[in-house]
Amino acid sequence: MIRAILIFNNHGKPRLSKFYEHYTEDTEQQIIRETFHLVSKRDENVCNFLEGGMLIGGSDYKLIYRHYATLYFVFCVDSSESELGILDLIQVFVETLDKCFENVCELDLIFHVDKVHNILAEMVMGGMVLETNMNEIIMQVDAQNKMEKSETFIFQSTRQDR
Amino acid sequence: NEITLAFRRQRKRAANRDKVNLARCRRTAAANMPAVSKGDGMRGLAVFISDIRNCKSKEAEIKRINKELANIRSKFKGDKALDGYSKKKYVCKLLFIFLLGHDIDFGHMEAVNLLSSNKYTEKQIGYLFISVLVNSNSELIRLINNAIKNDLSSRNPTFMCLALHCIANVGSREMAEAFASEIPRILVAGDTMDSVKQSAALCLLRLYKTSPDLVLMGEWTSRVVHLLNDQHMGVVTAAISLITCLSQKNPDEFKTCVSLAVSRLSRIVSSASTDLQDYTYYFVPAPWLSCKLLRLLQCYPPPEDGAVKGRLVECLETILNKAQEPPKSKKVQHSNAKNAILFEAISLIIHYDSEPNLLVRACNQLGQFLQHRETNLRYLALESMCTLASSEFSHEAVKTHIETVINALKTERDVSVRQRAADLLYAMCDRSNAKQIVAEMLSYLETADYSIREEMVLKVAILAEKYAVDYSWYVDTILNLIRIAGDYVSEEVWYRVIQIVINRDDVQGYAAKTVFEALQAPACHENMVKVGGYILGEFGNLIAGDPRSSPLVQFNLLHSKFHLCSVPTRALLLSAYIKFINLFPETKTTIQEVLRCDSQIRNSDVELQQRAVEYLKLSSIASTDVLATVLEEMPPFPERESSILAKLKKKKGPGAVSVTELEDNKREGGELNGGADRGPDSASTPSPSGDLLGIRAAAPIGAAPASAGSLLVDVFSEAGIAVSSAAVNDEGFLRFVCKNNGVLFENQLLQIGIKSEYRQNLGRMYLFYGNKTSVQFASFTTTVSCPGELQTHILPKGFPHFKGYCGAQIQQVLNIECLTDFIDAPLLNIKFRYGGGLQNLTLKLPVTINKFFQPTEMASQDFFQRWKQLSQPQQEAQKIFKANHSMDTEVLKAKLLGLGTALLDNVDPNPENYVCAGVIQTKSQQIGCLLRLEPNAQAQMYRLTLRCSKDLVSQRLCDLLAEQF
Repeated sequence: MIRAILIFNNHGKPRLSKFYEHYTEDTEQQIIRETFHLVSKRDENVCNFLEGGMLIGGSDYKLIYRHYATLYFVFCVDSSESELGILDLIQVFVETLDKCFENVCELDLIFHVDKVHNILAEMVMGGMVLETNMNEIIMQVDAQNKMEKSETFIFQSTRQDR
Repeated sequence: NEITLAFRRQRKRAANRDKVNLARCRRTAAANMPAVSKGDGMRGLAVFISDIRNCKSKEAEIKRINKELANIRSKFKGDKALDGYSKKKYVCKLLFIFLLGHDIDFGHMEAVNLLSSNKYTEKQIGYLFISVLVNSNSELIRLINNAIKNDLSSRNPTFMCLALHCIANVGSREMAEAFASEIPRILVAGDTMDSVKQSAALCLLRLYKTSPDLVLMGEWTSRVVHLLNDQHMGVVTAAISLITCLSQKNPDEFKTCVSLAVSRLSRIVSSASTDLQDYTYYFVPAPWLSCKLLRLLQCYPPPEDGAVKGRLVECLETILNKAQEPPKSKKVQHSNAKNAILFEAISLIIHYDSEPNLLVRACNQLGQFLQHRETNLRYLALESMCTLASSEFSHEAVKTHIETVINALKTERDVSVRQRAADLLYAMCDRSNAKQIVAEMLSYLETADYSIREEMVLKVAILAEKYAVDYSWYVDTILNLIRIAGDYVSEEVWYRVIQIVINRDDVQGYAAKTVFEALQAPACHENMVKVGGYILGEFGNLIAGDPRSSPLVQFNLLHSKFHLCSVPTRALLLSAYIKFINLFPETKTTIQEVLRCDSQIRNSDVELQQRAVEYLKLSSIASTDVLATVLEEMPPFPERESSILAKLKKKKGPGAVSVTELEDNKREGGELNGGADRGPDSASTPSPSGDLLGIRAAAPIGAAPASAGSLLVDVFSEAGIAVSSAAVNDEGFLRFVCKNNGVLFENQLLQIGIKSEYRQNLGRMYLFYGNKTSVQFASFTTTVSCPGELQTHILPKGFPHFKGYCGAQIQQVLNIECLTDFIDAPLLNIKFRYGGGLQNLTLKLPVTINKFFQPTEMASQDFFQRWKQLSQPQQEAQKIFKANHSMDTEVLKAKLLGLGTALLDNVDPNPENYVCAGVIQTKSQQIGCLLRLEPNAQAQMYRLTLRCSKDLVSQRLCDLLAEQF
């Protein structure tokens, strides 16, 4: 099972956090910090797996991460998941984001937190993988966008927006 | 590749971020903000985010956020009804604020209101807010449930998926109560859309995990299993997670999934790389699903049906063959996907542990990976090999890689990989290579990361003891351990070396000489002083003949360390001094002078002062004979244990401890422990007797003072425990009859794992307590009690409470000695506070009589001769029973070996039958046991016959074993 999915940048600023087990808000923040601390001190070209921090369950859990330029994508998983499989899943996630945002960059994740959550929800649900096929995921996201657009046209008018 | 490039461009931008942001800040109102142009135009949100990003300090950020929170709060509270768009925008802002780590204590109601909107966008954002911010205890659950109910019955697939997602994310008990019966119906209904089926499968899985009692699969079982055949690969992907989880919990009911999984796997593996279209990932057909199918198969023993098994073996061979083919793409994703499947296939091969041919191929494949240039593959290869090392077929093959692994330990740049290498060395260690491996681990320890030192120390200590042929090597190793990593040497380790030295005459002289030399070092670790003090106090006479280590030299050496040591160590040294007076009368005046000086006899520490006073007095008034008796050499350790416990065992009812017994205990505790642990250490040891006293009024009051000063945690009478604890949980118990390691118990709060080792009549069990919650448990205490004859000592190690961390794991060590044969198992009682309630848990520890088996090899003739000798009716026990598990030969063999007996070949005239022989080692006697197991594959039945040299033991073993096959 996937316990948490975290994205943060090179400075440790969280860009997405999704927990599939319940933690208090404080603990969640601590986990993000701890994970950043563990992952960011690692060199490039070392392996993509390491034991989880104490907060998230220690050696029973693995952090599987990928570093894309300014962002770390970290999945915290238990022993029932294949490490390389999760690595592929991260790649699928990023490729999907790339397609949906047309050359995704950190700013897209910042300004569209809701979208990123929705895309993730098409892949992972309750900590288990729902779908790995990128085209299927994109199809679902496109369908949502279409629905959104049709509603926006009807309801959005000029307004004071602050 | 492209994506990396995209991010790289971003990096350049990020480098100038401040400039960019400043520019953007000035243009906040302008419409050409890049982020906005892509989205749906929630400009207020974008502006807010930009503002936050421009904040120069944390204070400014908090100020801006508070302003926004106030704004949103007033909007929500305002009279004017908000339209859907505004609600959505504000909820998004709250989400963003939450992500930054600020508490959100309002807005929940607004989010719930959004759920009942009939606009997709609003509904979606409502669900998003709830999945991120609402936890399972929320009072809003009922309202949310209502909205979900409406959406589930809406027949709009998008809405249904949103609702299912929400259930899977929150997954509370109340939700399970409301929907557990509905969701299986959605899952298997013929007209359900594929995407909804996928969500329903995972939703059901989540509910099953949180409330298994509410999810009743019964009638759905077969239809759920058949989802493995679904046309849509996405449905299979989601369903397989569900089926895997259900199979783990109810293997028998879901057995049919094995053949379905094999045929699905076979279709995928043999398909061309283009057949599966979208599910082909970088030229590998459906890698994720393949991995999951292989995982599912690991829930079961090898298929019994020959055809299915054949097909599966073919799949595994194909996967191994494909690994050798040249890659279809140079991209790392291609090799990742291919190897993900390969590693799962290898795991399955190791799990079956029955195909020597495949095992050896797997081992060779992993061997190649050990030297691969990809760090990930080296890491995984080391990890898989670890499990492979425990298989008898491949243990030797794994050992051939020892040099590579040692090299990895020395040269890998990545600590994660080095750790795996250390694990593997530990796993591949046996008598033949123990010296080499221990030496390598010791030298690695000098530079090892701090985080893994303690574990390494334990591993070295265990290996050194387990494979010690000559005990001088063992002593050297442990002393080296103390020298290299003294801070990480826990009490058990140095207790153990002393116990072994005391119990083995042949190593005592050597030990004395070695510690004497070790103490010469100008700075040596306090643990070294402890070991040194103890051993010289006992066996200093063995090296006193050499003028370089004459009694006075020894004494001066020890005393030169005295002032640098902590109180417990000083106490131990004082005991060593009085022992010196007995061993070497010529040191008497020197030592008396030391004892008499103010810093001893008026020491502010009561323990030290008392010792100084008593020892001084003892040395001046007692005659040589009395001294020699009082300060006699320590008896071997098991005897000491039994003398305390033989008495405690007898005390059955409350208040049964007589005064004499108490005094005995006190004397033994003080004298025999050499006082090493009567200092502050023991004060922090949880006193379970005190704890029990608080709970049950009728407890034997005398137990508390007896154990309070003692190193050993007390053991209680059977009667006491039965009163104080909740019902005994023995679910895990039977699973451990034929194995020693695993998870004993798990619930939502706590996981307890055990690792145990047995030698002759002694055993040692490591208990690992893992806190699964995010909060700390208060007043966590554990006690072990022994009904009947089995005596148990606990040396509590480390922290009795969960400190600081919420996901912490703590470890406890339990030493066990078998005095005589026994039936009942010791009970482990655990108490802690969680969320205000007292949790009280009693588990049966899997210590069974068969753990003390020593295998006995014998020829056919001997076997039958002994068999005949044990012919009295009460010496035999027999049972005929139905097979509950696989009757596969290899599985049976593994179980019988796990039992601890020797499996004898060519003894029984019928090759189908199994015969075993062993001797149960107890302190009081040895009990010979012969076993015969006759399987009848057609009837799926067994006949089990046991003959033992002692009455009742056969019956007990028979009862235990009948549950295992």
